[in-house]
Amino acid sequence: MQALGVAQLNGYLRELLESDEIVRNIWIAGEISEFRRYTSGHCYFTLKEDGATIRGVMWRSYADRQTSLPQIGDAVFAHGKISIYEARGELQLVVDSIVPAGVGLLNARFEELKIRLAAEGLFHPERKRPLPTLPRRIGIVTSPQAAALQDMLNVLRRRCPLVEVLISPCVVQGDRAPDSIVEALYAIYSSDVDMIILARGGGSIEDLWCFNDEAVARAVFASPVPLITGVGHETDTTIVDLVADLRAPTPSVAAELAVPDLADLAAQVADARARLRLAVGADLAARRAIIQMAARRIEFAAPLRRIGQDRQRIDDLARRLSARIGRATDLRHARLRGISAQLAALSPYATLARGYAVVRHIASGLVLTSPDQAAPGERLRITLRQGDLLADAVIPIPEEKCG
Amino acid sequence: MSDHTLVDTYETRYARLQEVVAQLETGDLPLDQTLTLYEEGSRLAAECQALLDAAELRVRLLQTGDTTPDLEG
Repeated sequence: MQALGVAQLNGYLRELLESDEIVRNIWIAGEISEFRRYTSGHCYFTLKEDGATIRGVMWRSYADRQTSLPQIGDAVFAHGKISIYEARGELQLVVDSIVPAGVGLLNARFEELKIRLAAEGLFHPERKRPLPTLPRRIGIVTSPQAAALQDMLNVLRRRCPLVEVLISPCVVQGDRAPDSIVEALYAIYSSDVDMIILARGGGSIEDLWCFNDEAVARAVFASPVPLITGVGHETDTTIVDLVADLRAPTPSVAAELAVPDLADLAAQVADARARLRLAVGADLAARRAIIQMAARRIEFAAPLRRIGQDRQRIDDLARRLSARIGRATDLRHARLRGISAQLAALSPYATLARGYAVVRHIASGLVLTSPDQAAPGERLRITLRQGDLLADAVIPIPEEKCG
Repeated sequence: MSDHTLVDTYETRYARLQEVVAQLETGDLPLDQTLTLYEEGSRLAAECQALLDAAELRVRLLQTGDTTPDLEG
């Protein structure tokens, strides 16, 4: 059998202590009996209670995060782990937080976690993401039986029924709550949602305690999409509220903040419609003005005006033409009258007027120029100036006697 | 899980409506294009309005395996 070296023993004991579920993450209640801060910034102290003591150390990085350092005689809660100082083989408490015992253990734990997570950057304002203006699908992580869920659904139904809701059910009270919430959160993370509401109705500080759980806080921090918390009442602020992208005082308010009002969306659509009409109206008015201007210019340049003038000239010419034609006709009439007079002068009737007569056969109408042309008893027509006379031939007179 | 939601449908139309309005407001378009855009915009606005009017909240419960509590209870 081989003896264990001291260093090996202490190393083994240290590993043993640091792997123990209970003492590697523990709250210790006691009174500060010694306290010194070294120039290195590390703090060394002794906690005592009921005649027992334990030495403790708080490294500078944690000491710097304390809002205040304890004084000798203070009753405190210290959080940390039990380890072994190998150089001396002494047990020691390695703490990350010391809070006054007056605030109670729950508060002490709350403050410790808050300080630690703040130091890690889980509450950084720069990390807060803006909410989508109009989420497509909202994931709600809550208890499906709770009134809080119906409150939220009523708000969403009234405000913006366009969105879809996917509920990831969980237990929000009791020992199982933290695991259940973490599980429900990760279930919704792998679903297609673009916003998450983590909510719980009001309750006692103990009821809401799962929202101060470190695992829940880290799960909220891991959300791939903006997350709103609505936990308890207005006065309750939990660790997850600090981690969330937005903290709503109640579940109903969380639902209000999650979506726009449908009336606002309708107003936007109406506005777009009005702008559409206005733009097209302006466009058409501009076109109409251009056309009217062009029409005026065409009117000035148009042949209509000249056509009017030309029409007048044509009327004038026509008048002059018809006047000329009228005169020519008059001349012709005059000439015709002259010729008629001449003609009348040459007519045999003119000779009759002078006392001559024309003799014709009644039957043939032939003019007689010789007596032998008429047989005795033959009826003849003698045309005088004033009219006709009928006569019967008697004896033809021989031609030589007549000549 | 359906990837296309009512909001997607609405947003696509609303975004296009905004685009059409912006195009018409900058002007300088041929008349036939102006009228085509106007008709498209009017149709989009009517569709958006119809979507808002007809919307009903759709609620589903994510099936996690163990329990499926009654939502309406």
